Amino acid sequence: MAVEQTPAQTGAQSRIHNIGYRSYDGQRLGRAYARRSLYSQSLRGSYGLGRSAKSKVLPMLLFAVMCVPAAIMVAVTVATKAKELPVEYTNYAIVMQAVIGLYVASQAPQAVSRDLRFKTVPLYFSRPIETSDYVRAKFAALASALFLITAVPLVVLYGGAMLAKLDFTDQTKGFLQGLVSVALLSLLFAGIGLVISAATPRRGFGIAAVIAVLTISYGAVSTLQAIADAQTMVDGQSSTAAPWIGLFSPITLIDGVQTAFLGATSSYPGGVGPSTGAGVVFLLAVLGLIAGCYGLLMRRYRKVGL
Amino acid sequence: MYDPTVARLTYRALLGRRRALILGALPLLLIVIAVVVRVLVGADDQTAADLLGGLALATMVPIIGVIAGTGAIGPEIDDGSVVYLLSKPLKRPKIIYTKLIVAIGVTMAFSAVPTFVAGLILNGNGQQVAVSYTVAALVASIAYAALFLLLGTVSRHAVVFGLVYALVWEALFGSLVPGARTLSVQQWALAVGHKVTGGELITSDVSLTTATVLLIAVTVLATWYAGQKLRTLTPTGEE
Repeated sequence: MAVEQTPAQTGAQSRIHNIGYRSYDGQRLGRAYARRSLYSQSLRGSYGLGRSAKSKVLPMLLFAVMCVPAAIMVAVTVATKAKELPVEYTNYAIVMQAVIGLYVASQAPQAVSRDLRFKTVPLYFSRPIETSDYVRAKFAALASALFLITAVPLVVLYGGAMLAKLDFTDQTKGFLQGLVSVALLSLLFAGIGLVISAATPRRGFGIAAVIAVLTISYGAVSTLQAIADAQTMVDGQSSTAAPWIGLFSPITLIDGVQTAFLGATSSYPGGVGPSTGAGVVFLLAVLGLIAGCYGLLMRRYRKVGL
Repeated sequence: MYDPTVARLTYRALLGRRRALILGALPLLLIVIAVVVRVLVGADDQTAADLLGGLALATMVPIIGVIAGTGAIGPEIDDGSVVYLLSKPLKRPKIIYTKLIVAIGVTMAFSAVPTFVAGLILNGNGQQVAVSYTVAALVASIAYAALFLLLGTVSRHAVVFGLVYALVWEALFGSLVPGARTLSVQQWALAVGHKVTGGELITSDVSLTTATVLLIAVTVLATWYAGQKLRTLTPTGEE
């Protein structure tokens, strides 16, 4: 026979289950803290810090490969008492683009593919962060890592230029222009790398896809530019089509922007970069691509289940 | 020496779902560029040779080779599912042969065929340009697939090392240090392509004998060593 229990009785009986759990009354660090942690974790991860020794090898090696030519150039400049550095600040990243490409290809999938593959993304979102926090943290981390690998050689060059007592205003101007250009390059490459690698949970496939997009587009664009340039040589007038073809590959986009606004010498075949007017289009294309990559990433992570 | 089931699984791993579309995008781009160049420039043998040599053979074939070669075995080792394959009553070298055949087939289909089509579009096979580069691409596909399949069994970072070899060694050092060209699959393939068709526009720094010997040696040794490597494979977890 069921005895009807009063609420008071239930309360009295349930005490037996109270084994002393206490509610957390400490400080709650919140969303901004979680975002910062994710950022610093991802940034350290891009250089293999906090990961196994094996995964430190490649990023550190690429970092060294980026810096060593700069150090050699500085040494040569100081030793020969040259009047200027053998390479422009803005041109350094263009020359070393293969290394930058390999770095972004190896580290972008590292940043996002493993989370997808081991289905840890829902765990991130069980913390007080939202899609935009995750995307922003990863984007910022990879862009910062890229900025480090591209800006440190410039710092080496600048330091060497100061040691060699080159013209201060000239060098500082070039150095700052170089920094702006690599900052744009870092954002653009990080965006492209992340969008591609967020599409596949397979690390190897992500690496190949990123490098394919970067090198094939560059190969195609520079081949077409060379052909367009050769054509205009035949016609005997200045090249008009060649600079516009540069819109279709990330590195030539950056080249176009810095030729138009940052006083760089274009690496396009024939050395004819876009004019200032055309440069506006290049700059808009770069900013549009960065924003587009951010938008695509937000769309990708809208569904948390994945 | 060939197991249909392993072949089918490898084939599905390489081309299943949307991967075939991504692999197909590269050849499509080559053909689009070929059409654009043909329209802009018209049929020109030198341009055709430059485009096929610079874009198709130097960039596209190695990248497709890396994707197919390492993709045939790398992901399985990476996620540990290779133990289910290894625990079947199949000789390990047999698994490697099968995977190699599939990788070669995929690389050829996605790199040599588009090279031929692009060559035809560019100048209608004038001076045998299309045929010689297609032969070179076919030969290179075999060597690249074997080489990168071996890399896939040896290292977890096979894709990166494969790309470093293809882009840094062959493209960068190859253009700066002449000696590096002797040890480059691309140059060996060019030597074969040059000899087979006798085209004047396709040149190589290596003699045909050296190229053939090295090509065969690399392919055989890489396949043999990959088989040996698979016999003593220790599956590892993610770092």
